[in-house]
Amino acid sequence: MHDLADAELRQLYQESLLHHSRHPCNFGELTPPMREARGYNPLCGDKITVQLRETGDRLEAIAFSGSGCAISLASASLMTEAVKGMTRRETEELFAAFTALCLGAEQARATPLPARHEDLNIFAGVREYPMRVKCATLPWHTLRAVLEQRETATTE
Amino acid sequence: MSDLSQSVTPSPTAKTAAPDESPKKTLNGAGEKIGAVTVASLRDEFPYFADENAVVYLDSASSAQKARVGLDAMNDLYRHHYANVHRGAYRLSAESTAAFENARRQIARFLDAENSREIIFTRGTTEAINLVAGSLGEQMSPGDEIIVSELEHHSNLVPWQLLAERRKLKLRFWKIDARARLALADLAPLLGARTRLLAMTHVSNAFGTITPAAEAAAMARDAGALVLIDGAQAVPHLSVSVRELGADFYAFSGHKLYAPSGIGALWGRGEVLETMPPWQGGGEMITEVSLARSLYQPPPARFEAGTPPIAEAVALGAVCEWLMTLPRELLRTRLHGIFARAHELLSATAGVEVYGAGVAESAPTFSFNIADAHPHDLATYLDSHGVAVRTGHHCAQPALAALGLEATARASFGLYNNTADAERLAETVAAAANFFKR
Ligand SMILES: Cc1ncc(COP(=O)(O)O)c(C=O)c1O
Repeated sequence: MHDLADAELRQLYQESLLHHSRHPCNFGELTPPMREARGYNPLCGDKITVQLRETGDRLEAIAFSGSGCAISLASASLMTEAVKGMTRRETEELFAAFTALCLGAEQARATPLPARHEDLNIFAGVREYPMRVKCATLPWHTLRAVLEQRETATTE
Repeated sequence: MSDLSQSVTPSPTAKTAAPDESPKKTLNGAGEKIGAVTVASLRDEFPYFADENAVVYLDSASSAQKARVGLDAMNDLYRHHYANVHRGAYRLSAESTAAFENARRQIARFLDAENSREIIFTRGTTEAINLVAGSLGEQMSPGDEIIVSELEHHSNLVPWQLLAERRKLKLRFWKIDARARLALADLAPLLGARTRLLAMTHVSNAFGTITPAAEAAAMARDAGALVLIDGAQAVPHLSVSVRELGADFYAFSGHKLYAPSGIGALWGRGEVLETMPPWQGGGEMITEVSLARSLYQPPPARFEAGTPPIAEAVALGAVCEWLMTLPRELLRTRLHGIFARAHELLSATAGVEVYGAGVAESAPTFSFNIADAHPHDLATYLDSHGVAVRTGHHCAQPALAALGLEATARASFGLYNNTADAERLAETVAAAANFFKR
């Protein structure tokens, strides 16, 4: 019984997800000038700060800090890797595709991830765990808050 | 109407215990007897566990599963005796009112209050505390001080922060030690001529610590202050006597006591309630109303504006009555043994850290973490294996912060739990530690 449940959980907690949560990319703080926003998931207390610097329309540098569960940390790690160098428009598109991915197979088919961001597919596992979807999307909501010049984002 | 109290007190399905039977000391096997009730039949008094998909429920501190007597009382009231209370001149309303007022008496007995007029129905602990802040608090003056412990649930902290802002009061904090305990020696220097109120919990929701509430209440009253005790986590586990505690207010929620949500109570010392102004205006709390002004009812009606959750109140009364028929000390010893077993097994598991004061000083609730995973991930693992625990900050962020924590997993036990549940928890946490091992 443990084995079956464990196998299903491995779909969520894949090695690469755990690896990113333990050795996150772009973890830390940028030196000014930069903009930032804080994200908060009141359900579990995950807290994350996303900082970025733009050159013209492009995300030149991005970093995050905070504490949270494996899913939110890995999501922040992969998100910061994915959006670095993107334009705002590209970031918005990827935001939409990522949220769709977390919500369900149908949504993901309607708004698919671009091929070069297939690594984000490891978060498809959260669909089976509705309580955890917000953990995966919190970093993305926080990124959006920085872009929209809001200071805070929450998942509620 | 005369036989009404019969129909709303414990339903015939509730088995009562003969107090003169002498049960065995260890009470963990399902067939063992606790008076006339066996452990297995006690679990049967909670219909949720008849569900074949029932989980190993270890989140009773958040909200408990429901006792049959409460559900039956609610059902019976709605089906046979329901009308609004304190209003109609007709028989049905009188029946409903009698059931409602009977519940008030049952709760008064449960808390060992002197008089049922000292029991005010509220939505729960949070509303009870806000009632005191909103009524008594408005009589406080700038510079007055309120002492709040660091162990509190946010609902016994935030109302005082809001009040302090409104009335320009000063909050002083009674700090906890590294094991989430409150020391009386740390309270003494906080008490002074400006202290108006001490607000503290009886049992910590995050760590299970049983606080020295009676001693603290005596110290605060000696200093001329009033005392409010948050009993939300205490009433399910301790036999509470508000007379012996010596506080002025005692708040609790029905939903943590195996009764429905949406109902709870505030006990207030009669002579203190008399002096307090209303906090919400509306029907039922007045005697006479003209356009310019109104005259208020005496307590408890003064503090019960509007139509109350009638059936929920009746159910809470029935559950209190039922609990009083059980051999509570024996059940407490039994549950403590189950809790101690879980605590011991987890403390001995590699990669698990257990927090708090230890079983001897705690009610059956404790917090822990595993080394290689965030508690939220641990909870998902446990949930996938049919074990329900709460994770996060448990609405007690200052208490967790004092121990250098942001989040924990918390296991809490109720009357329906058994040793197998404790063992399942330990086994599954060990498997999780292994699953997430780096
Ligand atoms: C110690 C304590 N106080 C207050 C509360 C708030 O109770 P309620 O949400 O029922 O008002 C809780 C519930 O979690 C609690 O554990």
